[in-house]
Amino acid sequence: MSIIQSVRLRSAAADATAAGRVGDDVALDLRSVQKTYDTPGRPQVEAIRHLDFSIRRGELVCVVGPSGAGKTTLLRSIAGLLDLTAGEVVLDGEVVAGPPQGMAVVFQEYGRSLFPWMTVRQNIELPLKEKGIAKAERHAKIDRALEEVGLTEAAEQHPWQLSGGMQQRVAIARAIAFEPSVLLMDEPFAAVDAQTRAELEDLVRKLWKDLGVTVLFVTHDIDEAVYLGERVIVLSNRPTVLMEDVRVDLPSERDQLTTRSDAHFGELRGHVYELIQRAKRGDRPDAPPAAASSPQEA
Amino acid sequence: MNAARLARRAFMLLGLPLILLAAWWVASAGSTSPFWPPLQTILETFPKTWTWDRIVSDVFPSLARLGIGYALAVIVGIVAGTAIGLMPRLRALSEPVLEFFRAVPPPVLVPIIALFAGYTGWLGKIVTIALGCLWPILLNTVEGVRGLEPVLTDTARSYHLSRWRRLVFVVLPGASPRIFTGARQALSIGVILMVISELFGANRGLGAAIVQFQRSFAIPQMWTGIILLGLIGVMLAAIFKVVESRMLAWYVGQRQIERGE
Repeated sequence: MSIIQSVRLRSAAADATAAGRVGDDVALDLRSVQKTYDTPGRPQVEAIRHLDFSIRRGELVCVVGPSGAGKTTLLRSIAGLLDLTAGEVVLDGEVVAGPPQGMAVVFQEYGRSLFPWMTVRQNIELPLKEKGIAKAERHAKIDRALEEVGLTEAAEQHPWQLSGGMQQRVAIARAIAFEPSVLLMDEPFAAVDAQTRAELEDLVRKLWKDLGVTVLFVTHDIDEAVYLGERVIVLSNRPTVLMEDVRVDLPSERDQLTTRSDAHFGELRGHVYELIQRAKRGDRPDAPPAAASSPQEA
Repeated sequence: MNAARLARRAFMLLGLPLILLAAWWVASAGSTSPFWPPLQTILETFPKTWTWDRIVSDVFPSLARLGIGYALAVIVGIVAGTAIGLMPRLRALSEPVLEFFRAVPPPVLVPIIALFAGYTGWLGKIVTIALGCLWPILLNTVEGVRGLEPVLTDTARSYHLSRWRRLVFVVLPGASPRIFTGARQALSIGVILMVISELFGANRGLGAAIVQFQRSFAIPQMWTGIILLGLIGVMLAAIFKVVESRMLAWYVGQRQIERGE
């Protein structure tokens, strides 16, 4: 533990976030997260070498990286679906061990994350039942969530009767009805058409503003990351480290036309694009040498 | 328009049976062989043979034994299959044994079971039916539970659904298409075993009645027993289909949309 601590103090970036850590405005905190797949009979795969960043309460942060950068590994680790090799993920001050209470995940495979034997309403209701919420309140929450995503009419239908975009809205409605402290989204719009995608992006921005939920949005799409995020965390290629934590200082009111044609949007996009290109070439940031070796020591 | 479609469906459903019956009728008409009576004779014998009294004393006990044995197999098969499907260790342990028992033809077990459970009572017959029906249900349940969509399992975990909610709302519905496949196979095995279990040592029951007719050279009566058995099979399959289409409506609908029908 002490080694990791000293590493953090040596790193300037870690210093900056360490200050934020103390306050309780931090929703999600990754501390020297490391993940190596070690399946017997298969070669070891080092997926994440060292990740150290935190997300403030109410922030919308996007994570991008070249394909194969371990984005899904990272998200599954944060969601508590995957055990870390070293380091820890802290949600609301508590170390994540197994899926935490205050987190909801929207998966990429929307069609397969919804229960096909249940109606839309039942899909949203199941986690609320588990939470022990009384029936009347449950129904109110479901109605509100469906209204937020614009699916009030589809409540009694089955997921497979809906279009792909609508199915993903159901998954989003289920997540927000759950009222998580952090909402994780794993490339949620990768499989929908461009128009639906733009709509869903605006929906995420709207929900984020309306509900004040903290969002961690993983994507491979640079435009999407810059358009959505307040911050864009760029990952290196595998084994993953942080390339750069880019602030997106665009106005908080965004829309598909004006924001995307904004000159500053173009600059940010260009910057992130450049980072990704470098990451693809295998260019890695000057990772603190101790960061690379700390896993072995820890 | 609608009537035409209905007529076509009725023809599709009944066309082949009617053709076969007609062929049987023509081929057997005027037959003098005692083992091969004309269909006309068989059909005339039918109402005389299968009186209400006989149905109560022979058919109902057989169906009751089938029902009990089948129900036991369904319950044990789903419970054990779910447990094995969910626990990889248990699965590794039990798989060779399950494959062995599946490979043993159930009728072979009749004499063995009779040794322990008796020839004449209900117990041996119910055990025979239940054991024969168990394997397809059990093995299909294992496969259904194992084949559950991983994203659904992740979803259930990330919303930390409790063990029993996961079981009732996720695992069992997810495995239900496979469970029904197994249950359908088991039903036909069950009907076969219902008859076979009565061939050895029973004086009451549909199978026993058929054997007694044959031994007393009541050949047309024997044929009516076979026809009745077939009709029971059709009826059970129809009931099964109604239950299945109710419980798997989501599955059928989803598949139709996926196939673009």
